Amino acid sequence: MKYETVIGLEVHIELATESKIFCSCSAKFGGEQNDHVCPACAGMPGMLPIVNKRVVDLGMTAGMMLNCHINRTTTFDKKSYYYPDLPNAYQTTQWFAPVAVNGTVEIETSKGKKNVRIKQIHMEEDAGKLVHDDWTNTTLVDFNRTSVPLIEIVSQPDLSSAEEVVAYLERLRSLLRFAKVSDCRMEQGSMRCDVNLSVRPEGSDKLGIRTEMKNMNSISAITRAIEYEVARHIDAIENGTEELVQETRRWDDVKGKSYAMRNKETAGDYRYFPDPNVMPVVIDDEWYDGIKATLPEFPEVKRARYIDQLGLGEYDADQLVESRAFCDCFEEAYAVCGNAKEVANYLISDCMNLLNKKQMTVDMLTLEGKSLGELINLVTEGKVSRPNAKKILAVMFENDINPAEYAEKEGFIVSNDTGKIEKVIAEAIASDPKAVADFKGGKEKALMALFGKCMKELKGNCDPQTLREMLIDAVNKQ
Amino acid sequence: MYITKNGVKTDKAIVLDDMILTKDMPTTAGSRMLEGYNSLFNATVVDKLTDAGYEIAGKANVGEFAIDVMGETSHFGAVKDDEGNLSLGSAEILKKEKVKAAIQLDVNGAPRRASAVSRLVFVKPTYGTVSRYGTVPVACSGETVGVMAKSANDCLEVLEVISGYDAKDGTSLPADMIEEAGEIKRVAVVTAFDGSIDDGVKADIDAFVKTLEAKGVAVEKIDGAGLLASKTAWNILMSAELCNNVSRYDGVKYGYRTSDYTTIDELYTNSRTEAFGDLLKTAILYGSETLSDENYMKVYDKALRVRRVTVDYFDSLFENYDAVLMPATSKKAYGEADVKDMAYEENLYTAPASITGLPAVVAEGVQLVGKVFSEKALLELVKLCKEGE
Ligand SMILES: [Zn+2]
Repeated sequence: MKYETVIGLEVHIELATESKIFCSCSAKFGGEQNDHVCPACAGMPGMLPIVNKRVVDLGMTAGMMLNCHINRTTTFDKKSYYYPDLPNAYQTTQWFAPVAVNGTVEIETSKGKKNVRIKQIHMEEDAGKLVHDDWTNTTLVDFNRTSVPLIEIVSQPDLSSAEEVVAYLERLRSLLRFAKVSDCRMEQGSMRCDVNLSVRPEGSDKLGIRTEMKNMNSISAITRAIEYEVARHIDAIENGTEELVQETRRWDDVKGKSYAMRNKETAGDYRYFPDPNVMPVVIDDEWYDGIKATLPEFPEVKRARYIDQLGLGEYDADQLVESRAFCDCFEEAYAVCGNAKEVANYLISDCMNLLNKKQMTVDMLTLEGKSLGELINLVTEGKVSRPNAKKILAVMFENDINPAEYAEKEGFIVSNDTGKIEKVIAEAIASDPKAVADFKGGKEKALMALFGKCMKELKGNCDPQTLREMLIDAVNKQ
Repeated sequence: MYITKNGVKTDKAIVLDDMILTKDMPTTAGSRMLEGYNSLFNATVVDKLTDAGYEIAGKANVGEFAIDVMGETSHFGAVKDDEGNLSLGSAEILKKEKVKAAIQLDVNGAPRRASAVSRLVFVKPTYGTVSRYGTVPVACSGETVGVMAKSANDCLEVLEVISGYDAKDGTSLPADMIEEAGEIKRVAVVTAFDGSIDDGVKADIDAFVKTLEAKGVAVEKIDGAGLLASKTAWNILMSAELCNNVSRYDGVKYGYRTSDYTTIDELYTNSRTEAFGDLLKTAILYGSETLSDENYMKVYDKALRVRRVTVDYFDSLFENYDAVLMPATSKKAYGEADVKDMAYEENLYTAPASITGLPAVVAEGVQLVGKVFSEKALLELVKLCKEGE
């Protein structure tokens, strides 16, 4: 018998806000344990939640990027359960009127294109972290992550393979990074995913028994987990190896197996009810239109434009659309210098090298596109040599400098003073008569020694073509 | 003149009930759970009062999380008046000390009942006009910070100080949304409660009606049966919110922690079992049930609908009247034995204003409920009634 797999995903994404969802504590990853904590996010009585407007902005942005309907009145609800990392013993989330509903995401796999329906996107707060201290055999709690804003993107069960799941996650990641909703870094937990999976005979319209794997945080683990679960389900159906039950399972990526979680951790009546302390958030036209106006072009639209209109190669275009920061810088620089290929080169090779050296990710690029465009103009106008341009770029990378002023100040402007060049050439010839003789005797390479000496003396501030011609001229006159 | 513990002589001394959080005094909410608990911050009302030159004289006892009849469930014991009847800490301090007023969180009507039996004045202002930031949360959708004093004038003075928009309270109303109500000229007297109140309370209502009429206020009797559903609906909403709000007291972070545990579940269960009193436990169980998957639509959602219907009902009354006169209590006085199991019954008279967020004033042993933003007009009416006495 042939089987088909039915998968729905719940993806949790930490939002790129400065502060937490209901208090002014920092929402940044890391920090000393319990550094980003106040009475509100530590669950002390008397503090009242004030919705961080940025969270709603980003929730709406995510909704719009995924073609959702935005609920113009969106409300917050309380979800109750006891766990030491949840200081209020309730999580504030959206149960009755989530910010966005009924969207679609287009994915592409080896089987072609497909639309995945989005059921809803809701905003909520994250929980803290438990830290076990083996030395004292105690469990301690770190509230830094408590109340960090999240969105949960709930898909319909429209996915049917690990390949599609990966394509879907990559697509979400690309769109939401582009819209600056989140950095979507699975390894830091800013993107996590619950996989709901069932298997049924091909063509059947009845769903099989569903299992859920929670908190998956790497693409490769998700692929392995899905493949394992599908095989386990089919084995159970065909060979009766075990009885399938609806349950939550934990994936152990090291052992390559999934395990049933204790029922206690998963069963629960969460007693949702509207949070009376948070007034309904009403999104008026001005707010809605304002967010709409900030939406970026979709990455594939940019890619096509870069290739068709700006003449970039496919490789270059692909590299650029990996990151919104690169695209923004590219477009700003292009507006200044009009040389797309040149800007792409600087970004993809030089800037990427600099980022790697500093162990920074592409999203951390802070280079001003306008300055990069100006630097490229200096090079194409012959005012700054290429090697010196790279030196200037390295400085621009860290500080917001004006490249022309900096080149002037540091003596990086190409010399047009032919008298000075002639003098340097004369000195070089005088100091190395052997090279002169070798060149004249037919050894082309001998010229390089003289050329290098001159360039060094001129600090690189000379158009290499001009120097080469003047040097050959002078040597031949000897 | 009142002399504070620090020797400050003042005629602006204020007492806070133990639901109002203070940085330099413990706040217990009348519970063993929070015995010795010190807040890291002051309630907005506390800062507003001290900024305006008032002296905080101290804290007054409350029933556990302020949901009982009149303080009888306090872990620290009930307060009695000179006749041995039940009273509230704030009321006894006001009667005996030269303090100006007591600030109280009106969760389930206890300050209104205490003011009625002690012949004090209490104002529960319109929901959202006084910040709840820094009050121990119990039933957030209806509880309101109010003022108890010996006169309507003192209530007016202190209410003026503590009112106003607070960005730290998401339900606080901005100034431009507040439109003060006009003078109260027509009052409806509700008869639907007549069957459940004793002769003393009846006599107080009759006397107040006479005074109103003497002052030229038009008084008319109405049935008011539309107010009888508030009690059950408020008990559902209050318990559900309470259950959720007191869940944070789990023995992990602060407050009472049992010494008898080996697992996290035992830590939770034993801490709460040992620290919470019977009425609170009943409320938690009741609230938890009303919010279950099975009961939410059947019970909780219905209570929300009763809230809306009650708001509409009041609106219909306010087409013809400026305020509604009704009892605040069933009795002129409560013995300690009287109030056992009464917390979910005696709020029959206070629930209508709690569930709708409308302002209420208790004076002369009776309760007036008015339109939104009419608390000052209600206090002015009480002043008028006292004139020439
Ligand atoms: Zn905080």
